[in-house]
Amino acid sequence: MTPLLSLQGLCVTFGGLKAVSDLNYDLEAGILGGLIGPNGAGKTTVFNVITGVYRPTSGAIQLDGVPIQGRPTNAIAARGVARTFQNPRLFSSLSCLDNVRIACHLHGGVALADSILASARSAREERDILERSERLLESFGLEGYRDTEASALPYGEQRRLEIARTLATEPKLLLLDEPAAGMNPHETESLMRLIADIRARYKLTVLLIEHDMKVVMGICEKIAVLDYGVKIAEGTPEAIRRDPKVIEAYLGEEV
Amino acid sequence: MTALRRVLGLLGAVAIVAGIDWAAKHLGLNPYIYGVLVLCAINVILALSLNLVNGITGQFSIGHAGFMAVGAYASAAYTVYAVPLLFGAGYAVNPWLTAAAFLLAILVGGLSSAVAGFLVGLPSMRLRGDYLAIVTLGFGEIIRVAILNIDAVGGARGFAGVPQRTNLAWVLGGAWLTFAVIRNLMKSFHGRALLAIREDEIAAEALGVPTTRYKVTAFVIGAFFAGVAGALFSHLLYLHTNSFTFMKSIEVVIMVVLGGMGSLTGSILGAILLTALPEVLRFASSLRLILYSLLLIVLMIARPQGILGRRELSWPKRRAASPTRPTLAS
Repeated sequence: MTPLLSLQGLCVTFGGLKAVSDLNYDLEAGILGGLIGPNGAGKTTVFNVITGVYRPTSGAIQLDGVPIQGRPTNAIAARGVARTFQNPRLFSSLSCLDNVRIACHLHGGVALADSILASARSAREERDILERSERLLESFGLEGYRDTEASALPYGEQRRLEIARTLATEPKLLLLDEPAAGMNPHETESLMRLIADIRARYKLTVLLIEHDMKVVMGICEKIAVLDYGVKIAEGTPEAIRRDPKVIEAYLGEEV
Repeated sequence: MTALRRVLGLLGAVAIVAGIDWAAKHLGLNPYIYGVLVLCAINVILALSLNLVNGITGQFSIGHAGFMAVGAYASAAYTVYAVPLLFGAGYAVNPWLTAAAFLLAILVGGLSSAVAGFLVGLPSMRLRGDYLAIVTLGFGEIIRVAILNIDAVGGARGFAGVPQRTNLAWVLGGAWLTFAVIRNLMKSFHGRALLAIREDEIAAEALGVPTTRYKVTAFVIGAFFAGVAGALFSHLLYLHTNSFTFMKSIEVVIMVVLGGMGSLTGSILGAILLTALPEVLRFASSLRLILYSLLLIVLMIARPQGILGRRELSWPKRRAASPTRPTLAS
């Protein structure tokens, strides 16, 4: 069975800096994967390469066996890869509803001329998008913020909205970049439930970057550890916890 | 149901435009005021179309006068050279033929400007912020200077002999069309994609919005209506490239900023205000331009987000007994 996401010998260099070197990582469909490592290890770079923000210097990225490296970001999104950002990138002066409605873009099929003439087909599609978005807001408990400007939301809710927005694209693979950053333990707890819940409900494959070990060890099933762009370990949470190389990378060598 | 409403709306708009035009002609409206009204409507078209690029899509372009010039000269050249061949030399005695020829001329102006917009937009929409502004400024000037050197359209002498066909009905129709097109666009997912580009291009792209294509599309639609405005302008008075300098572009930018970037009704307000203001200030004779500048400065200090900000003016909606929505449940 081909894995949903497969990184093969992935290298990314910026000038003389090797941000990611020779990374191999497979993520089977339905698995919740984790990508961890000290600051500057190249984790977000991996996300940026998968989503086409950067072009890999060498190596291949396959989604369902189809190479996607070097394709434009919007085309990769259309193939079913959605992501959140380390700092939420909401459309901050638009309402929560519009944030989600914009994410339904891939489902908009009518031509520009239809929209300009406000044809019946366009109206039908807009109704469909509206309904879909309202349902999504509701299932995230955000319906009370429907018409609120996104920037006015509390931080935790902004993160929830960002995840809700990615789901509107109906992805196969969801990339979460430090979803628990800046959250208090209570918020983190509900985030973990949320991730487990949406994964089951939308049959998602998830890859997340996280520093909060409670989240990583608690929900991830297949963890890869990066240090200076090199994968130093891969395996289940138990195996990672005991791996001497990982302990060294995080805590330093024993003297 | 919707089709019926649309037909009624269209008929209503035509009736209102025709009514205003009739009233202006037959109730003895001062020709000077009539002229200012026509200019107001042309500027409304310009401001609305620039707002699509600058306010809604968030791409700062300052070359709008260049596209207006393309539309003006293309339609004028079409009317002067092509129409007598197409419609026969004596077409002008038939009012229906004349109107059809003018409608085509407006289309020719809009389309040729849209083509110019596409050619300029394709390379320059990869740029951002100040760089884009400089490039559009440069293109605007190149277009103007190029036209200045084409002898067939009069060159530096100006283009004489363009029949004066523009009246209040035509410009009001044009302004209404521009408004309707952009408003409909903004109610669709295409329009929301443009807003997403203004808000956060990287996030928009990650959600599947092909940002470059949308930026070019917005630029082309903006250029089309600038061309329509140009076509209306060229059949109004004497046509000369001096009307399309850098200052004209800036004037339109000020209308958009003053009305509120991203607000369609704001652009309409801004355009009318900035067209009427210099005329109203004529009583101050030599102090006129100083007062004009002062008023602009005061307005921008008082409301830096523009008169309407990002809001729209609308008729207060009657809420049909809808279930009350829970608001801000904490």
